[in-house]
Amino acid sequence: MDIYGIEIVSRLLLGSGKYPSPTIMTEAVVASGTGIVTVSLRRESGTQRSGQDFWAMIRGLGVRILPNTAGCYSVKEAVTTAQMARDVFGTSWIKLEVIGDADTLQPDVFGLVEAATLLAEDGFEVFPYTTEDLVVAERLLEAGCRVLMPWASPIGSGKGLNNVFGLRTLRAHFPEVPLIVDAGIGLPSHAAAAMELGYDAVLLNTAVAMAGDPVAMAGAFAKAIEAGRAAFLAAPMEPRDMASPSTPLIGKASLE
Amino acid sequence: MKITVNGVGREVRSTMLAEALEELDYATAVIATALNGHFVATAARSSTVLAEGDQVEVVAPMQGG
Repeated sequence: MDIYGIEIVSRLLLGSGKYPSPTIMTEAVVASGTGIVTVSLRRESGTQRSGQDFWAMIRGLGVRILPNTAGCYSVKEAVTTAQMARDVFGTSWIKLEVIGDADTLQPDVFGLVEAATLLAEDGFEVFPYTTEDLVVAERLLEAGCRVLMPWASPIGSGKGLNNVFGLRTLRAHFPEVPLIVDAGIGLPSHAAAAMELGYDAVLLNTAVAMAGDPVAMAGAFAKAIEAGRAAFLAAPMEPRDMASPSTPLIGKASLE
Repeated sequence: MKITVNGVGREVRSTMLAEALEELDYATAVIATALNGHFVATAARSSTVLAEGDQVEVVAPMQGG
């Protein structure tokens, strides 16, 4: 998979939030096999410097960094956060979130397109967290995005693929655009289902971080995503309403 | 001079952002800054002048999904 000219090996992108401890986070990252970890920016105290320890730990993992604009509700906030992220992390990649609703954390797709346009013009390589809306997707591509990240369901909900039809339609409509399902994944089977639809990758965080054993769950997701991708490439059979025996009737003994 | 840093009132002697950040123990820290809501790049801090009542935001890498 190629995103903004970078060859991506693992199709799992992992968030760094909500883990029980920094050690478990690093172990989960390793177990997942991911090459891309999302991070954020938050206020830093000059005396406590908690961000400095976190950054040293992340750098030690040797993974590519995808900074986010999580928690931003306006275009200005998101653009300024992206500028600060580029300054700190030294990457033009930005996972662009412009949130429109506090309860569902649904993207404000109007602000998203506006912010993506500004950032792409400023040289950013934007990973937009969006809905499965086809028209918004088109606008984001026109804005300069070369990858789309539709949600599966609300962030942190773990509900899985809330609109399979919409996700399938998006995939069919943009066969050449890298599509990453971002947010709402709760189980490895959800991730596998996304990959079976032909999605290029899955970005998740809470499902691993909040599992009873995050490290084991990271490994489970890695296997599921790999299996889902292999299944997609193997061209799954079409479902049908009526049964179709898999054992031939010809040659069946007459026993009546 | 009184300014606000991350929402907290602070007294600084320097009128330049880079020097004020050193006063506030941010020297050598990996941070990004904004002044009154506008991004200030690392390279621009030494030439950025502070004024009484300015709002400074200082952020650093943090966990996130």
